[in-house]
Amino acid sequence: MAKKALVKEGTYFDSVSLMSISKDIKAMDGINEATIVMGTDANKEILKTANLLLPEAETAKPNDLVIVIDGKEEVLDKTIDETNQMLADKKASSDEEKEYNPGSLDGALDLQPDSNLVIISVPGEYAAREAKKALKRGLHVMLFSDNVPVEDEIELKKMAVEKNLLLMGPDCGTAIVNGAPLAFANVVSRGPVGIVAASGTGAQAVSSLVDRQGVGLTQVIGTGGRDLKSKVKGIEMIKDMKALDNDEETEIIVLVSKPPAKEVSKKIMDEVKKLKKPVIVNFLGGDPAVVKGTDAIWADTLEDAALKAAAFIKGEDEVSSASLKDEEIAEIAEEETKKMASPQKYLRGLYTGGTLCSEAVILLTEENGDIYSNTPLKDDFALKEDLKSIKNTVIDLGEDEFTKGKPHPMIEPSLRNERMAEEAEDEEVAVILLDVVLGYGSHMDPAGEAAKAIKKAKTKAADRGAYLSVIASVCGTEKDPQNLHVQEERLREVGAKVLPTNVQAVRVVNKILSDLN
Amino acid sequence: MTKKLQDLFKEELNVINIGLESFAENLKDEGYNAVQVDWKPAAGGDKEMAGLLDDIENISDRIAAANEKAVEKIQKSEPIVIDVQTAKDALPDFSDKMILHAAPPEKWEDMSGPMQGAAIGACIYEGWAENEKEARKMLDDGQVTFDAAHHHNAVGPMTGIVSPSMPVWVIENKTYGNKAFTTLNEGLGKVLRFGANGPDVIKKLKWMEKSLAPALREALSKTDGINLKNITSQALHMGDEVHNRNKAATALFIREITPFLLETDHSNKEIKEIIKFMAGNEHFYLNLSMPASKATMDAAHGIEYSTVLTAMARNGVRFGIRISGLGDEWFVGEAQIVDGLYFPGYTEEDACPDLGDSTISETAAVGGFAMAAAPAIVGFVGGTVADSIRFTKDMYEITVDENDNFTIPPLNFRGTPTGIDLLKIIETGILPAINTGIAHKEPGIGQIGAGLVDPPEECFKSAIRAFAQKYIK
Repeated sequence: MAKKALVKEGTYFDSVSLMSISKDIKAMDGINEATIVMGTDANKEILKTANLLLPEAETAKPNDLVIVIDGKEEVLDKTIDETNQMLADKKASSDEEKEYNPGSLDGALDLQPDSNLVIISVPGEYAAREAKKALKRGLHVMLFSDNVPVEDEIELKKMAVEKNLLLMGPDCGTAIVNGAPLAFANVVSRGPVGIVAASGTGAQAVSSLVDRQGVGLTQVIGTGGRDLKSKVKGIEMIKDMKALDNDEETEIIVLVSKPPAKEVSKKIMDEVKKLKKPVIVNFLGGDPAVVKGTDAIWADTLEDAALKAAAFIKGEDEVSSASLKDEEIAEIAEEETKKMASPQKYLRGLYTGGTLCSEAVILLTEENGDIYSNTPLKDDFALKEDLKSIKNTVIDLGEDEFTKGKPHPMIEPSLRNERMAEEAEDEEVAVILLDVVLGYGSHMDPAGEAAKAIKKAKTKAADRGAYLSVIASVCGTEKDPQNLHVQEERLREVGAKVLPTNVQAVRVVNKILSDLN
Repeated sequence: MTKKLQDLFKEELNVINIGLESFAENLKDEGYNAVQVDWKPAAGGDKEMAGLLDDIENISDRIAAANEKAVEKIQKSEPIVIDVQTAKDALPDFSDKMILHAAPPEKWEDMSGPMQGAAIGACIYEGWAENEKEARKMLDDGQVTFDAAHHHNAVGPMTGIVSPSMPVWVIENKTYGNKAFTTLNEGLGKVLRFGANGPDVIKKLKWMEKSLAPALREALSKTDGINLKNITSQALHMGDEVHNRNKAATALFIREITPFLLETDHSNKEIKEIIKFMAGNEHFYLNLSMPASKATMDAAHGIEYSTVLTAMARNGVRFGIRISGLGDEWFVGEAQIVDGLYFPGYTEEDACPDLGDSTISETAAVGGFAMAAAPAIVGFVGGTVADSIRFTKDMYEITVDENDNFTIPPLNFRGTPTGIDLLKIIETGILPAINTGIAHKEPGIGQIGAGLVDPPEECFKSAIRAFAQKYIK
């Protein structure tokens, strides 16, 4: 062990900074003791007691900085250098204040007292508690979290009814409130169409399409997927459609859901009867007869719902103008089919959006018979445990069995890309059907990612003398951060046929499948 | 008129985002207001605590009203120093052969090293014993009664030792009439409050008793009392937080008292010595700031249903808190080792666990809670001014209100976080911020550093349990 001292004349540092630097130096390898002090008599006394008052330090004056290091001989010089460097850094350091994030809801309210909506996406077991707190404070809630017990959902929704607040969710992925895209949502114009949806991609598809028709939206309210099941009884949807009915800006209300439980469906339609404004009902795959006895307008598909809403606002009778004509569909299908090889006959649909997937399964089943799926129409056509595709298969890659421990494919498309590569190995596959969902929350270039896989899949097929058809649609708007037009181009560049909507894409696929048989 | 749901559609949307940060980022990108919450599970995921919070939530209106009342008392309190008296005359229920110490109450045999050292010093100072050996024997034999100073309206820094002959500041809460007491600060180095008990220490204490105290007493008698709330308010604008930095407040106090000292019958030489003593001790004001806080917090104590902390104190072994609505019980946990910066030659191994009544400062909205006002000592809280600001901002989350009198220049003169709420501590998991001196674990060595310390969570948890038991049927 050895000691070394350095006196820097006329160099002032406050004692706290010096203690802090001393502490860091002392922690270095080979250092026994490090003392950096101003050369006051009191400090020199301390150095003396610690046996560190070397001769050069004895004469130091109160405005001189004294550095004394006690440690292994070979590291002393290096340590003195480092100390100098740290002192220099200290002088130079300027600390810009980082943005302050409060640690609690109340802290956030202190910071932003006029807050009116809380988005909650914490793990399910804690989510209900946070939602309850928010409701108690008179705040509207979007509950993105899933795995919230249904009993909690009912309690929260009843509380929200009492307090005239939104309780969107649990498991509500999409909403647009006052134009603001919440969680997974597209950027749309403001306008007179209001949506209440029990499904996230359903809401995204309808709102994007309304916007693309040049019509805007007042509100897109999500209820969470369980709202129309028999336990929850549509508490949220009923309350929200009433609110839209009373909202001066909203001129037409669109309800989007999978078919509700029977008694809930009746309850909803009873409430619809009381509304002053026109209502479009899209219970995907449900019975159009539910609107009987009401003034509500039935819509078969998400596209149909959007086009009817837009047509109503624009005062048009004809809504089919946006759809492609049968001849156009046939032309695209034929162009694809003629390039295919003999063993090619099956469809593989690879979806990231759950409702878009359901819509596809329903429309494909109508035209081409049963479709295998992880979310099949009939249990007989469920995929086996290995989730391998069988004949005509359409899968929802956003379901738990695929996403366990992985990000949702709308956020991270690699899950679908891997699956596409697998499907391309199968020489019986004729056509790949897919969706690309844009908007906030989604991947920043989902079509670009899909394009990479499409290119490889097409090459693989071509290598064995086949032609793999890829039929796609993009859900989104020109205003989305990814930009609809740019994304569609990405897909076209690699030879995919891009249709304006999921319904149109499915029509092409239906035609291809019929032509192949 | 109650709001209707559709009213939201006409408002400007201001979002709070709890969870995935990108949701807030996206909204900001689109030009909407969003505040991100750094969320942690309530009570750190402790199911029992979260359950108790949920139960207590049912009486949240009564609690809110009680806490408002408690905070109103804190805000309206007006502590004034009016006198210097002898402890046995001034303090209530202070019998002979009694020594008071920093709370919570502790038995002689369980006391920390410095506290034992200081108690020994007090025995010698009082003339009960000639030397350490004799003192130790009488203490071992139980001839001296111990009690927490808090139980006698007093507080003391570090060991907090008060013996009957010691002079004490008398602070009156002008608004509510209650009084609080603290001994006079001895300065740094080898001092009784850190457990030193050698002849020099006793000699200084005697000088304080015979010379300093009478002079200050006489000087104060010529005033209408000196308003400590005003001095603290000013000092906060001069870089003090009046717990670990008292430079400005000490200077302000000297400025107030000196003209009156000069009016006394004491000789110039004596007055010079007194002023030199005060000026040479930049923590002189600490022993005024503490009883000012005590007088304030005692006024807010004893309000049914209130969850406001009215005292935090440590005795080197245990850390204790009192709750306004829970009577005089101390809820305790183990005193922690201070994470801090050490004077040359000392390390954490030499440190006595957290010690002293001085955390009364934080309960009264100064000290660590006013850290952002004291950039000169930011080294203790991480090293940067931004750290000190973050430190204070965190405290707003566990307090009921913002102070009307104590304001913080770098926070645009925002009031200091006031009225620590037990429920908010458990809910957020944010513990009260305490910056404090570090005593050597052996008696008599004195202060060896300063830094930050966390109170033990246990004391808050047992307080919540007691609260639920008392108020939830």
